[in-house]
Amino acid sequence: MTLLYFAWVREQIGCDAEEIALPSDVRTVAALLDWLRSRGGGYASALKDLSVIRVAVNQEFAAPDHAVGDGDEIALFPPVTGGAPS
Amino acid sequence: MIRVQREDFDIGAEIEALSGGNNEVGAVASFVGITRADAGEGAPITAMTLEHYPAMTEKQLAAIEAEACERWNLTASLIVHRHGRLEPGDRIVLVVTAASHRRAALDACAFLIDWLKTKAPFWKREETAEGPRWVAARAADDQAAERWRDAS
Repeated sequence: MTLLYFAWVREQIGCDAEEIALPSDVRTVAALLDWLRSRGGGYASALKDLSVIRVAVNQEFAAPDHAVGDGDEIALFPPVTGGAPS
Repeated sequence: MIRVQREDFDIGAEIEALSGGNNEVGAVASFVGITRADAGEGAPITAMTLEHYPAMTEKQLAAIEAEACERWNLTASLIVHRHGRLEPGDRIVLVVTAASHRRAALDACAFLIDWLKTKAPFWKREETAEGPRWVAARAADDQAAERWRDAS
């Protein structure tokens, strides 16, 4: 699985991308976030408040119960802030 | 058509390229977003950097544009979104919609910019005299996008 990190999530975790082998019991977005958080350090601090974390599975926004698998590209990032100033 | 680029764009040239020579077009609406010095709370910004997720940007913007084209029967549409470092006064985003009549062009343009703000994977990092800060998403932007869900 490819993991991508953007904005302050990237800064706190300390890299923009990594390849990981998924434990067999990690099958959803929510389980993946829990597992990443359990790695501690930058992962724990970046993911301590999940209300400001958004997840995309294969470039589509995904809910916590969305399935994840080994061939997926999963991106973690804060709520988006594109477009023009409000 | 979708373009994500570092370079600035020429508004007149983009509108002409989209609608010129097409006799079905009776109305063109456009929106231009510009970097403001007071874009955030606290210290004024001196510059900002737009980070994005290229593969997802392409997919999301194409889906949003296809939805607008179908819903308002647009003749043509264009989204140009810049990334990289921008200073106050620099253009950030251009949305152009062309249709037979003004209402479709204006509504589709407003729809596209509202959805861009909540669905396109861009993040703004502002530089200020007090140091850099990431811009937080605003609930008002979600509400602006939500109003299109039930409106026809």
